[in-house]
Amino acid sequence: MTVLPAFPTGFDGEGTTPTGPLAAGTAPVPRPRLTEVHGWGRTAPARTRLTPVGSAGDVLAALSAAGDRGVTARGLGRSYGDAAQNTGGVTLDLTTLDQILAVDAASEPATVTVQAGVSLDQLMRALLPFGLWVPVLPGTRQVTVGGAVAADVHGKNHHTQGSFGNHVLSLDLLTPDGEVRTLTPGDDEAGRLFWATVGGMGLTGIILSATVAVQRTETAYFSVDTDRCSDIDDLMAKMSEGDDAYTYSVAWFDAVTRGKHMGRAVLTRGDKTPLADLDAKKRRDPLRFVAPSFGTIPEVFPNRMVNRLTAAAFSEFWYRKAPAHRTGELQNITQFFHPLDIVSEWNRVYGSHGFLQYQFVVPFTEAEAFRRCFEMIVTSGHLSCLNVLKRFGPGNAAPLSFPMPGWTLTVDLPIEPGLDRLCDALDQEVIGAGGRVYLAKDSRLGAETFRAMYPRLDDFLAVRRDVDPAGVLSSDLARRLHL
Amino acid sequence: MINALGTPQSLLLLGGTSDIALAVARRYAGRGAGLRVVLAARPGERRSAAAAELGALGCAVEEVDLDARDHASHAATVDAAFAGGDVDVAVLAFGLLGDPETDWTDPELALELAEVNFAAPVHLGVLLGNRMRAQAHGRIVALSSVAGERVRRSNFVYGSTKAGFDGFFLGLGEALREHGVHVLVVRPGFVRTKMTEGLSEAPLAVTADDVADAVLAGVQDQRDLVWVPKPMRFVMSGLRHVPRPLFRKLPL
Repeated sequence: MTVLPAFPTGFDGEGTTPTGPLAAGTAPVPRPRLTEVHGWGRTAPARTRLTPVGSAGDVLAALSAAGDRGVTARGLGRSYGDAAQNTGGVTLDLTTLDQILAVDAASEPATVTVQAGVSLDQLMRALLPFGLWVPVLPGTRQVTVGGAVAADVHGKNHHTQGSFGNHVLSLDLLTPDGEVRTLTPGDDEAGRLFWATVGGMGLTGIILSATVAVQRTETAYFSVDTDRCSDIDDLMAKMSEGDDAYTYSVAWFDAVTRGKHMGRAVLTRGDKTPLADLDAKKRRDPLRFVAPSFGTIPEVFPNRMVNRLTAAAFSEFWYRKAPAHRTGELQNITQFFHPLDIVSEWNRVYGSHGFLQYQFVVPFTEAEAFRRCFEMIVTSGHLSCLNVLKRFGPGNAAPLSFPMPGWTLTVDLPIEPGLDRLCDALDQEVIGAGGRVYLAKDSRLGAETFRAMYPRLDDFLAVRRDVDPAGVLSSDLARRLHL
Repeated sequence: MINALGTPQSLLLLGGTSDIALAVARRYAGRGAGLRVVLAARPGERRSAAAAELGALGCAVEEVDLDARDHASHAATVDAAFAGGDVDVAVLAFGLLGDPETDWTDPELALELAEVNFAAPVHLGVLLGNRMRAQAHGRIVALSSVAGERVRRSNFVYGSTKAGFDGFFLGLGEALREHGVHVLVVRPGFVRTKMTEGLSEAPLAVTADDVADAVLAGVQDQRDLVWVPKPMRFVMSGLRHVPRPLFRKLPL
């Protein structure tokens, strides 16, 4: 445990008088010229004091100068909702804490130690030359390691590898009392704080750095099997039977078409490709990072760009372009993991009203509830193009971690009148089935509904009260969910 | 916080027993469980009944005393409303209609109308503005009236208080804009409520529910000004420019 020197003063150049971490409750001086930030869904923007930090000392200064609106951390802003914004308070920009501190390829497992603001994109580029591979990748590489821990992100290998937190060996966490605590998973007090930090949405402290166990790979390519499924039953049957034979598995499904092809889908499953399976040309540079980007979506899209016509056309195209059945196709990182990273700022397609992503999981035993939710979405009249269905493996010890063994489904819904009724009805079905909604995607749950979804919430709150009794760490999400 | 779908978590009703304020609360209560509602009103049976009704709809209700004419008590009223956390939407819904012919001849009644309809809202508006500036978000809904758009002989004491009220809150909205706080001025025409009971109905009359719908839509779209019903805007902008000698002769 390191104790940093006394609080520096006036860190923000605005003549703030540091009040100490426990001095919440003093009247804040309202400041104009706050910066507006929003989540990836572009809904409910926040006016906040966005403060770049370059060192642990900067973070400490910010915590010590927090007014009664508190402090939260922000990385690359890929959380869909309000987790990384703090209306009226301080939002720390941690993307400048971006040093890769150590790569240990010789140890077993191989490890990497990075500052919290390192992105997964940056990390992959650094690790591949060593023949190392990031164990858990969500649908974009543009997330920071700090964010990946705080949201305990999962990838299409959750059923075989678990979520990001499962691979973290230790964390350096700056807590509101000014201490830097090195935390490891375990049953002791530090272990409890470790697991509360995993999935804890930044509310236990500011993650400064992390040591992550990484995997070995011979190539940067994937052998992929693709299957078209004619409807939801066909899809769920194929996944139940075959998923365990693959490291990675995910299905895109059509959420527009109704009738007997409701839930038609494209199932893609694969494994890392061994060197021996590459052709001679690729074998010359098997670990090459192939992830093209084709530019940035301009901010010109009107609202209602996603309508019945465009959504139906997109769904038809996406389904038809997939082969009915193909095995052993070689795909690169972008093709297999991050097709949406090809274009930056794709969220602008939804226009100024923005969109929300609804991701829920229900246990395998509740397949009927899962199907009901699915039908509610397809028949609701709300349109979603980017729809993902997966099977989760076992969850972990983190009380606010999202994954649990079961079916999970994700839809992207443009903000339209009546969407609250659909989402509320889905919430009730999900709660009834013992399932939950993913906080990294959420932008609308109420505190009571949230409590019903996360039975281990009190464990989290107990740790949070210990480590941050004055509520120095806060965010719009924390206020919304009474965390 | 107001969530991604525009649903607030907390609502402050200043004039917590007014038909329009309660209609707004019922609408928001229907958009998700757990809405915190602060009912600021004079203590009594009507406030208790309103609290019981909203409680039955799943709201967490807090009752706070509000006496519009006791200016010294306003700060405590606002402090109590914010004690439980941020206020996302505050509705100023109290007011007096009075009796037009008595109001302009009885100095005490005229003063009471001016205090309740104008001085108290200004005082409370500044207090609310300060709190919302500090939290850097929030919506103030100010229930004005078409009567303030062109003050008529038939109820000019009431109309003039609403004219002042209306101008103050439009200006407050401009001042608070850069602080992330929005003010919505609502100009209903004749609303069928307990306030207007027994009065002969004016054309384009609406219900408290109509006004509530307009409030929710205006808050969602971050509008500055809404008319209820919408065509009232064109009626009033016509009347506003009628020359005084002619206006005098109109049956208004």
